[in-house]
This record gives sequence, C-alpha cells and structure tokens, in this order.
Amino acid sequence: MTEILAITNLVKTFSQPGGGALTVLNIPSLKVAVGEQVALIGKSGGGKTTLLHLIAGLLVPDEGSIRIAKTEITRLSEQGRDRFRAGSIGYVFQTFNLMPAFTALENVKLGMTFGSGRRDSSRAGDLLERVGLADRAHYRPAQLSVGQQQRVAIARALAGSPKILLADEPTANVDPVSAENVLELIRNTCREEQVAMLMVTHDMEIASRFDRVEELDTINLALTGSHPD
Amino acid sequence: MSLLQIAWRNFCHRSLSSILTTISLGLGVGLVVLVLAVYGVISDAFTRTASVGYNLVVGPKGSPLQLTLNSVFYLSQPIENLPYDYYMEFFSQPERAEMVKRFGGNPELGERPGIFAPYVTGGYVIPLALGDYFGEFRVVGTTPDFFEKLRYGPNVDQPFSFSAGRALQGFSAEHSYFEAVVGSRVAGEMNVGVGDVIHPTHGAPTGHDHELGFTIVGVMNPTGTPNDRAAFVNLEGFYLMDGHAKPIENDEADATATANSETETEDPAADIDAESEVEATDYKLISIPQREVTSILVRNGNMMFGPGMQVAINEGIRAQAVAPIGEINKLMDAIVGPLLTALLLITLITCFVAAVGILVAIYNSMNDRRRDIAVMRALGARRETVTTIIVIESFLVAIIGAALGWVLAHGAIALYSERIEQQTGVRVGFFSTSNYELLILPLILTLSLIAALLPAFSAYRTDVASNLQK
Repeated sequence: MTEILAITNLVKTFSQPGGGALTVLNIPSLKVAVGEQVALIGKSGGGKTTLLHLIAGLLVPDEGSIRIAKTEITRLSEQGRDRFRAGSIGYVFQTFNLMPAFTALENVKLGMTFGSGRRDSSRAGDLLERVGLADRAHYRPAQLSVGQQQRVAIARALAGSPKILLADEPTANVDPVSAENVLELIRNTCREEQVAMLMVTHDMEIASRFDRVEELDTINLALTGSHPD
Repeated sequence: MSLLQIAWRNFCHRSLSSILTTISLGLGVGLVVLVLAVYGVISDAFTRTASVGYNLVVGPKGSPLQLTLNSVFYLSQPIENLPYDYYMEFFSQPERAEMVKRFGGNPELGERPGIFAPYVTGGYVIPLALGDYFGEFRVVGTTPDFFEKLRYGPNVDQPFSFSAGRALQGFSAEHSYFEAVVGSRVAGEMNVGVGDVIHPTHGAPTGHDHELGFTIVGVMNPTGTPNDRAAFVNLEGFYLMDGHAKPIENDEADATATANSETETEDPAADIDAESEVEATDYKLISIPQREVTSILVRNGNMMFGPGMQVAINEGIRAQAVAPIGEINKLMDAIVGPLLTALLLITLITCFVAAVGILVAIYNSMNDRRRDIAVMRALGARRETVTTIIVIESFLVAIIGAALGWVLAHGAIALYSERIEQQTGVRVGFFSTSNYELLILPLILTLSLIAALLPAFSAYRTDVASNLQK
C-alpha cells in the first residue's frame, strides 16, 4: 500500500503566556494511504486542528517528519510549503471560510489561483456542478444556505487537484440533514478524484463510515503522557 | 483568478469605504490638475501678452515693472510722461521735419535726425498716452500704427482683427480725430458697439467726463492680451481733450504760435478732400511742446540693436527702456510663480492627506480581512502574493481616483473654456493637458504605494493558523 502521508515522531510545542512550553502533539507515527479516507477523532483541544495545520504546512513542527507524496514538507521553505500546499493539499474548514466578496464560482476558482500548474478554467464550473450548485455559481456566500456554503468550500478544496484533502470538522456547523449530504458529497467526490482524506471529527457515527479511524487520544503521546521507547 | 481580479473584488466589497476614499483622492487630484491648468493658462497668457511684437517699452525713469504694467497690461498708474520731442528722437530727420511742420514747434527739431532713429530703421515706434478711463477700462491714446503694425499670438504673426468695424484712422471725414476702437471685453462689459460714442473720464474711473466724445469705429476680436480690456482712441483726439495739453511758458507759446502760423496751411488732412479739411481745422492740433506721451513701444528693425538702444536710453537722464518679456518673467518669477507654487503645494498636501485616507481605509479593513488573508494563505497564496493584492488594491484607488480627479478638473476646464478664452485668450478644452499632468499618476501611485506599505506589511505578517480559527 502506497502512503500519501507519513508522519514520524512529530512534536509540536507552544510557548505559554506564563513561560515554559506546552507540548500539544507528540505523534510517533501516522500514515494515510493513497485514496484512503481516514477519520481522526479526539476530544476538543486535543490538537486535531494543529495536526492538520502541520500537515498543511501552515505550522512548522519542532521535531519529526511529515512526508506527503514523497515530499518532506518540514524541510521546505515557507514559500516551498505555500507552493506545495497550493498544488497538493486541499483544505475544508469547519467554518467554511468562503471569501464574502467573491461569488461561489470565484471562490472555487480561488482554490486553483495560487498553484503553479495549468489552470483549467472549466474545472471550477464542473466542480460546482458536481456539488450540485451549478445554478448558484454567481451567488455570494451570504446568499447561500449553510449547507450550500460548505459544498462550495468542498469544491474549492478540490479545485487545485490535491493529493490529500484535510477536512476540519466540516459537518460541525450544519444541520444533521445537511451534514449527511456534505459527508456523502465529500467522501464520494474524494473517491472519484482519487484523493486521500484525513477528516477531523468528534462524531463517532461519522467516523465509523471511514476506511480507518485514528484516535488522537491514543496516537498523541502528549495526551496520554507516555513516552516513545 | 488574477490578483487584479481579487483586488478589484475587495475594492467592490468595501464599496462605501472604497468609493469615499477614491472620491477624496479624486478631489485632491482634481485640485492639482486645476492648479496646473491655471498655471498653464496664466503662463500662456503671460507669454501671449509678452508676445506683442515690440521688444522694448520706453518711458520715464522710474520702476521698470511699473512701466511694463501700465504700458503692456494697462495696469497701475503711469509713472510720468515723456515730452513729445523725446518721442521724436526715434524718427529720421524727414519724419521729424514733417512732425514740426504738422504740429508746430521748434523748427530746429526738424533739422536733425533723432538720436535713436538708426536703431529703429526697419522697425516701428508707437506712442501711448494713458490717463483716462472708460468705465473701469483704460483709454489708450495711440496712432493707427498700433493696429497696423502690432501683431500678437504665440508666433507674433496674428494681426488684430475686428468682430465689427475697423481700426481707427489718423483722421476721418466722418469722425475727425475722434475715432475709438474697443477691446472685446470692453465691448462686452460696457455693452457698446460700433457707432456708439464714448466719453472718457479724466484721470480715474471716477473722474469727470470729458466733453469730447469718441465714436467707436471698431470692436476687436478677443486676443487674449490686455488689449481686450482697453479702449483705444486717436492720439490727436486724446490731446484735444480738455486738460491733456501740457501747459507751456509764454515765450514757448509764442514760438509755437509762430511755427503754427507758418504751417497752418499744412494741416494733416490736406491730403484728403477739401470738405474734410474744413472739418479738421475745426480742431487745431496741439503743438509739439504741448504734447507728451506716456510710453513708447519700440520694435527695432534689427533685433540685434535692441540691447544697444536700451543701454543708450538708460544711460540718459530722461527715460528708461525695458524689455517687457524680461519684466513679465520677473513678475512671473517674483509673484505669480511663488503664488502658484504655494497653491500647488497646498493641493499636493491635499493629495497626501487623501493618500493617508487610503492608508486608514485599507488599514482599518485589515481587521476584517485577516481571515480572508489566512484563507488565501491556506489555499497556497504566498506572503508576497497577499501583500501584492493589498498594494494592487491601493493602486486601484489611486488610479480610479486620479482618473476621476482628471476628468472632474478637465470637465470644469471645458465648462469654463469659453470664459477662460474670453478673459485670457487662451484656448483650453477637455483634452488640454500640461506636461506636468503626466507626473501626477506616478506621484499618486507612489503615494498610494507608500500608503499601502503599512497594511501590506500587516497582511504580510498575518498569522494563518490563528486567523483560520477565528
């Protein structure tokens, strides 16, 4: 099985206001295979979002290795990580984070703006069609329902043809019916696009539908208090 | 999507703030463009005024600027007058003899050439007599040569033309010595035209009316020179008005009377028909000792002689010769230039304040858009990319503001173009631009770049991880 993501001995600490450092993450190993859909569950404040930020290259670990598609991103410069993120990583946020000044179509196009590869201008429209919002292409986020906004966010995350999609509790802010739709949409789309997915959730029912479930409380030694041998 | 599109979307999204900032910058730019246009018009008007054909103005000793002001611009008060025999120094012996014969005076004046005559050969000399007013406008006593020989315009090749009537004549059967020509502004503001009779007031706009009136025989087309706001009368008629003949001593008067009696039959109207002669003799021309001129406009036949003649005149005790272009430039440099520079400086400060407005507007919006910046960074945008977007947004305000200001200013100029042309003779239109205007856009772009630096730096430093979670 080919790994798309391989994390080894990852440590992330934050300095505390009163002085000293707090280790938030200490993960000996975490792997995601190509096309695999992995749910990452854990309690609030357990470092799930921090882990996604580290994988996305938005944060830099203190120690350890993060290898995505054979690229060791911890060795990349900030510009290199930006470039890599634009071309290889899709990100779906819990709060959607659509740009309010842009239409749905433009928000999707934004997902392929910063990459260095060729920009297929029709892809944004195709993705919107696939998430069922072709008729809302020129709507602003404020004119869309919460569920529709999250679907736009999914289309945007996939616009850059990423190798892995990081989803940070994408169903947390939508009603149960919309949550179901969003979940199915994101899983199916990733499957069709052959994109691996690492989704953070605290909902066990949702997590159980994934190929594999990783419990952060277990794999994060910073939470368990254990030390790797 | 291009970065320009992203910046434009941001500009539109904060429409009220963007529009207000743009308008404020536009007004600043508009003011600068207007000041530059006014500067251009004034410079042009000054140049036009200076380009009147003559190269020297000769008048009594005193302030060269005052001589220029009253002889070229018809402003300020005349310094004093020059005796007519000094004016005669610019003429050849036959011409001087003819003057003595015509007006009467010391016969010796006609026996030698004028000391400055050689300098003028091939050029011309035009006398001006000032002191009277028609309403608020100066009355200028002069000869028909004023209209025949003077030229104006950028190339000093345009003869005076008339919207009605003709130039005044030395003598006419119809109006004798009492013909007048009025400038375009005089005609417009005093509501007079050909056939009307004007009665100049003596010494000041509020002075007493002279009994003798001048019939307007011509209304000049606008020239953009001070001549538009002057009324020109025949110099001989001017002398004939009460109080205009210089009082003379008894023995001088006797000599004049003798000379006049010798030349009485040689009236200037002798070469016209007999009927006119009868009319002309109704008014006895005053003699040379009674005559004075306020100033003399001189064009040297060979311009190389100008400085030499100027030195020769200035070395004498009676008169001074000034180059009007030099005096006008001095006036421009001493008063008008600094005034316009100050005005320009103030308007530039306005632009600077507007640029600060850009800074404040964009910087204030930074709090709202930190999350947007973080999202763009999460989508792969580099720090430099989001910084560039902020700078482009500032440029958009600058470019739109500059365009708006330019259009507003040139719209105003176009709106008042007719009036500007009437008042100054300078023709301006919507697309009349000065070279200085080309500097405005780079200047505004530089200001906007400086204004964008702080918010751009703020964007550059935006922490992605923390702002994504807000």
